[in-house]
Amino acid sequence: MEKVGDYDELVNLKATELRLGLPGTEEETVPCGKSNKRALPDDTEKEIESTGKTETASPPKAQIVGWPPVRSYRKNSIQTKKNESEGQGNYVKVSMDGAPYLRKIDLTVYKKYPELMKSLENMFKFSVGEYSEREGYKGSDFVPTYEDKDGDWMLVGDVPWEMFVSSCKRLRIMKGSEVKGLGCGV
Amino acid sequence: MNYFPDEVIEHVFDFVTSHKDRNAISLVCKSWYKIERYSRQRVFIGNCYATNPERLLRRFPCLKSLTLKGKPHFADFNLVPHEWGGFVQPWIEALARSRVGLEELRLKRMVVTDESLELLSRSFVNFKSLVLVSCEGFTTDGLASIAANCRHLRDLDLQENEIEDHRGQWLSCFPDTCTTLVTLNFACLEGETNLVALERLVARSPNLKSLKLNRAVPLDALARLMACAPQIVDLGVGSYENDPDSESYLKLKAAIKKCTSLRSLSGFLEAAPHCLSAFHPICHNLTSLNLSYAAEIHGSHLIKLIQHCKKLQRLWILDSIGDKGLEVVASTCKELQELRVFPSDLLGGGNTAVTEEGLVAISAGCPKLHSILYFCQQMTNAALVTVAKNCPNFIRFRLCILEPNKPDHVTSQPLDEGFGAIVKACKSLRRLSLSGLLTDQVFLYIGMYANQLEMLSIAFAGDTDKGMLYVLNGCKKMKKLEIRDSPFGDTALLADVSKYETMRSLWMSSCEVTLSGCKRLAEKAPWLNVEIINESDNNRMEQNGHEGRQKVDKLYLYRTVVGTRMDAPPFVWIL
Repeated sequence: MEKVGDYDELVNLKATELRLGLPGTEEETVPCGKSNKRALPDDTEKEIESTGKTETASPPKAQIVGWPPVRSYRKNSIQTKKNESEGQGNYVKVSMDGAPYLRKIDLTVYKKYPELMKSLENMFKFSVGEYSEREGYKGSDFVPTYEDKDGDWMLVGDVPWEMFVSSCKRLRIMKGSEVKGLGCGV
Repeated sequence: MNYFPDEVIEHVFDFVTSHKDRNAISLVCKSWYKIERYSRQRVFIGNCYATNPERLLRRFPCLKSLTLKGKPHFADFNLVPHEWGGFVQPWIEALARSRVGLEELRLKRMVVTDESLELLSRSFVNFKSLVLVSCEGFTTDGLASIAANCRHLRDLDLQENEIEDHRGQWLSCFPDTCTTLVTLNFACLEGETNLVALERLVARSPNLKSLKLNRAVPLDALARLMACAPQIVDLGVGSYENDPDSESYLKLKAAIKKCTSLRSLSGFLEAAPHCLSAFHPICHNLTSLNLSYAAEIHGSHLIKLIQHCKKLQRLWILDSIGDKGLEVVASTCKELQELRVFPSDLLGGGNTAVTEEGLVAISAGCPKLHSILYFCQQMTNAALVTVAKNCPNFIRFRLCILEPNKPDHVTSQPLDEGFGAIVKACKSLRRLSLSGLLTDQVFLYIGMYANQLEMLSIAFAGDTDKGMLYVLNGCKKMKKLEIRDSPFGDTALLADVSKYETMRSLWMSSCEVTLSGCKRLAEKAPWLNVEIINESDNNRMEQNGHEGRQKVDKLYLYRTVVGTRMDAPPFVWIL
């Protein structure tokens, strides 16, 4: 494979190279990609300390205009989704079996489980049973469940509140016969 | 052929449909030029400023279908200011005045206004097909005029446009007599949709083959729509959430089973993944699957869906699929020809992403792969060498390593050898996008081996002007060269001015070209438009003491037969 170096002798490109600065001064070659670029106007870095993030956040990278090369339409689309799930409140959808439409609530408004339960009970006009670690919710046909980051359906109340808020993607209030099967893996 | 009457020759020409071939035919002799131009119905103009409407109409008076492209490719990434140009209005005005029988208009990266759409809808009685890709400048009012006035409308295909949604009733503007729709794609509209009007429209369109819905169409509406359009071939799902036990979900499952012609699935803009199983019965027929906007579909639900899609030829997906997910694709989708893996986290979080392993797995499992767009966290030369060996048939190879200048993460070497292997093995390569740490060496390889290369995208690469020179000297078929943030300057730019006559365009931003270099180029090549896009005041460039040596922020040059354009905004300086 022809090596780049051999070409140098024939074409003294360095001598004819046009650059800023007086002749005779050597300019230190700066590797490209250094972040002296204008930052993308609306792509400001999201808060590193978002609600209950467990993984260590990477240091804020300097924003390069037009990088990565993703169409603005697509970028805006992802950004909208991110805004919905981080930053300005953590709105998640709540569905209840048999209800004609879904609702949305902001999890960041609540500090612990009982507050969330009361709000749900008010919203959907039902009451959830009593929670125990061993048996889940007893005494009601309704059971609050949520979908976590892995796509699995979990019982609300098992994990610490912060962990719940950071991993909850949506809520579903199950009712009726399905509730009985909870212990056998829904 | 001199012995045949013109009508016979024309009849033979009817079988020649590709633009390249028709252009070649027209160069054979004067007589063929004449016959060809009168019989040409479909015209493709890759750069709307390379010619003008008057010349178009003079040469092709029997035009029926026009494709126009406006802004340069890097406009997609916010590198070109909005008011740069690419206005379709003068084209539509000229076409309308000439009374040509326009039936089809396809626009990409152009500025379209409601006024243009209204004029279009009123001027051409037989207008059938409107395809807008990455356009902007119009609202749903413009769509309303198209719906209302185009009596024989067949296709209304809106792909990734920025459309101001006035929440109007554009869908109800389709008259009851309109029954000819074949394609209806409004997935990019953000606002509410009149569901009743939509359902009625679909119900009276027996030829409807492609339907792509926006976010505002919920699952129960989808169920009803699919029930009255079982002939659908291409479906874009809008919102996809509901309780899996609800009646509408059961209706949907039944409707899906009847859609035996369904071959292409996309959308899922808002999705509840556990409902995906409703589509499993038809997955074995799918040849195209686009889940690149379905951020909520990942993990086991995604894998289960893909495992049913054994006939897939085209897959667009988010990198949340992971290397493991790509391995499933590799073992399931043996017919795969095109793969696009988009980043789901633009800030480079790095958690759920794909690496070189996913790419290697795909190349090993999918022998028919010829097009790839792959955003990833890291790459190695060894992986690229393996990929080149597994898939020597690449036509398009676009690799984007999210972090600029990132070397081979195992050896810390530049990725020259890896990309070199790709261009050496893939003799049919027409499009290439580079990323990662790259020196002049990779360009030497490209110049030597990439004989069929037509489009090359370079970012944060190379060391000296030699890099660019290797490419300009070596790639005889180069059409579009776009470079950003690379140390190429005037020497490379000016080395072979006649080369630009063989190319459609050259883009250079944040490189080392200077104003005097650009001026010299413009002097040598009056048949080129040399545009300097400077968002800071252009006049200041002149007044500065170091006038000639000032670096140009953005340079865009293109061959043209009509000279300087008159519609350039103040921040664009045409030399």
